[in-house]
Amino acid sequence: MENSKQSIKLSNNDNVLVLTIDLDAGDVFTYKGMDYKTIEPITLGHKIAAKNIKKGEKIIKFNLAIGSAIEDIKIGEHVHLHNMKSDFIASHNREN
Amino acid sequence: MELKGYLRKDGRKGIRNVILVAYLVECAHYVASEIARPYKDNNVQVIGFGGCYPNEYAAKIMKQLCTHPNVGGVLLVSLGCESFNRNKLSEAIKESGRPVETLIIQNCGGTAKTIEKGREWIKNTVETLKETKSVNISVEDLIIGTICGGSDATSGISANPSVGLTFDKLVKHNSTVIFEETGEMIGCFEDIIKRAETPLLAKEIEKALEKAARYYTIMGYGSFAPGNADGGLTTIEEKSLGSYAKGGSAPISGLIKPGDLPNKSGLFLMDIVPDGEPRFGFPNINDNVEITELIASGCHIILFTTGRGSVVGSAISPVIKICANPSTYQRMSDDMDVNAGKVISSNASLFDIADEIYDKIVQTASGIPTASERLGHQESVITYKTFEPIGPNCLVG
Repeated sequence: MENSKQSIKLSNNDNVLVLTIDLDAGDVFTYKGMDYKTIEPITLGHKIAAKNIKKGEKIIKFNLAIGSAIEDIKIGEHVHLHNMKSDFIASHNREN
Repeated sequence: MELKGYLRKDGRKGIRNVILVAYLVECAHYVASEIARPYKDNNVQVIGFGGCYPNEYAAKIMKQLCTHPNVGGVLLVSLGCESFNRNKLSEAIKESGRPVETLIIQNCGGTAKTIEKGREWIKNTVETLKETKSVNISVEDLIIGTICGGSDATSGISANPSVGLTFDKLVKHNSTVIFEETGEMIGCFEDIIKRAETPLLAKEIEKALEKAARYYTIMGYGSFAPGNADGGLTTIEEKSLGSYAKGGSAPISGLIKPGDLPNKSGLFLMDIVPDGEPRFGFPNINDNVEITELIASGCHIILFTTGRGSVVGSAISPVIKICANPSTYQRMSDDMDVNAGKVISSNASLFDIADEIYDKIVQTASGIPTASERLGHQESVITYKTFEPIGPNCLVG
């Protein structure tokens, strides 16, 4: 695992990081010496891509697949309902 | 580290020396509580089963609790007309070498007279238990269980993975550890099954997980709530993973049901979902039902992870509360034993927290009270359930 001031990578094989702070729109997220500007607020517990992830590729967290990318995701981007999906049961939000 | 425990006449080793006042129906609950009240500081605790109708599962859990290694003696309190088989329970306790007495309220002459008689028995038994044989006990002798309750977005990041690492360390030290929550493992099936010690055990685990998924679907529970997504969880499998992380990465040595004792050291999965058609409602109506079941399967200590901040403890076995969320910890530190939130607030590693939990286990086994013990928590809940016995392939020789 890797632990920084802003995020934690729960296992070495993971392709996502988990935020351990809240980021506002415009805040800078730093990972491996690179800065990524946040477009929208992202809160603690949410995921950020730790590498470029191709459409269809598994999202790996704590060494297990938690779903698949539904579009190409760039390193530093927020990973959530808009760009990944469950491989089991579709998640729903309050709008649908 | 060498610790001193209590040697029971049946050979089991405990880390507490508790006297139980056990009510056999809700109608005897108040009297049982009144008997115990003046002896709260003498390790006298109340447990019981509220139902008036017979249930084999409840009888088994009661028997396992009353003969738990942390228990030194038992006072049974019966109203008199309930269906609980008090003679059978009393015989089992006697056979285990523990002092036991049964008071039947209807025969004793009512509330006041039963309380008086009960307190007299407790007073004498407190003295008897002072002479309990002490015995060397090590981490190897311990059975440790884990559950989570009041989870939030931090639970799966800090406390649960830390407990998983603690479990790995305990297994390396030949302890026995138990995890459960089979209803929250959708998406983890493949990984769990791979970890089974034998292919036949893998089949049994697969069946248990399928049963859980079906049961929870019928109960209309176990789905993914929008609030989970607000907290950063995107999929049902990610949510499952947060809870599953508590089980660490050791091979799974067996599948047990509530009240079954593990047959060796290693990691065990507990199947908490009733067999057959759903009959009595939700499998576990609250966290203490799960804790009570883990204790009935012999757990000396429970590791309880919480994000939002649960305050519960338990009768019989100490509960170590591991707080996942640093701001919850700030607000409720009196109720917590370990601040796993340091992973989030101050760059502590999961391994640091796992070591802290391990040290807390050793301290607790040495007799130092946990936060919930200090505060007097003694929750214990038994509900109605139906189980078939486990299959022959669930335990590996």
